[in-house]
Amino acid sequence: MKLVYFSWVRERIGVAEEERDLPDSIHMVADLIEWLIGHGENYAYAFENAQVIRVAIDKQHVPHDAPIGNAKEIAFFPPMTGG
Amino acid sequence: MARVIVQREAFDIAAEIARMAADGGTDIGAIVTFTGLCRSEKGVLAALELEHYPGMAEAEMERIAREAEGRWPIDALTIIHRYGKIVPGEGIVLVLAASAHRAAAFEAAEFLMDYLKTHAPFWKKEHRADGQEGNWVEAHTRDDVALGRWRD
Repeated sequence: MKLVYFSWVRERIGVAEEERDLPDSIHMVADLIEWLIGHGENYAYAFENAQVIRVAIDKQHVPHDAPIGNAKEIAFFPPMTGG
Repeated sequence: MARVIVQREAFDIAAEIARMAADGGTDIGAIVTFTGLCRSEKGVLAALELEHYPGMAEAEMERIAREAEGRWPIDALTIIHRYGKIVPGEGIVLVLAASAHRAAAFEAAEFLMDYLKTHAPFWKKEHRADGQEGNWVEAHTRDDVALGRWRD
């Protein structure tokens, strides 16, 4: 699974993207966030206020209770500030 | 069919209006444009750095444009959003909406901006004039409030 990060989520984690093999126990986005938090202080820092983090599966916005299914790419980022 | 562009370069507002008028046929009676500019915040900022999610940014802008086309009798839409380093006074985003009458064009342009701000994957980082580390711009709840009025 390709995971991509933007803005301060990217800066806190320290990489822009990575490949991860996800365990079968991860069904929805919230499970994945919880799992990533266990991978180090950088992840814990990025997701310390997890409810504000926005998520996109295959480049579409999804809520945290969305199933991961056969996603190819999951993105994590702060609320957007374009325009 | 909307013209949706994500680019590093500056955009030319007059050229975009002329292009829309020329391509849109002679039943267009109104073209509304909105331009979002980089501010210096009273000299504090030297620039804004715009990060975006390539692919998703374009897809989301196209989705927003389709939604506007479904709500108003729109003849043409253009959305151009820049990324990279942008200095105060330069344009960041340009929206054009064309319709037979002005009401639909005004409303569609405002709708597009409200959705762009809250749904298009762009993030602004401040570059400070004094050389200190700049912050990421925080999202405003007022943008979410603005969005609320378009919900049925």
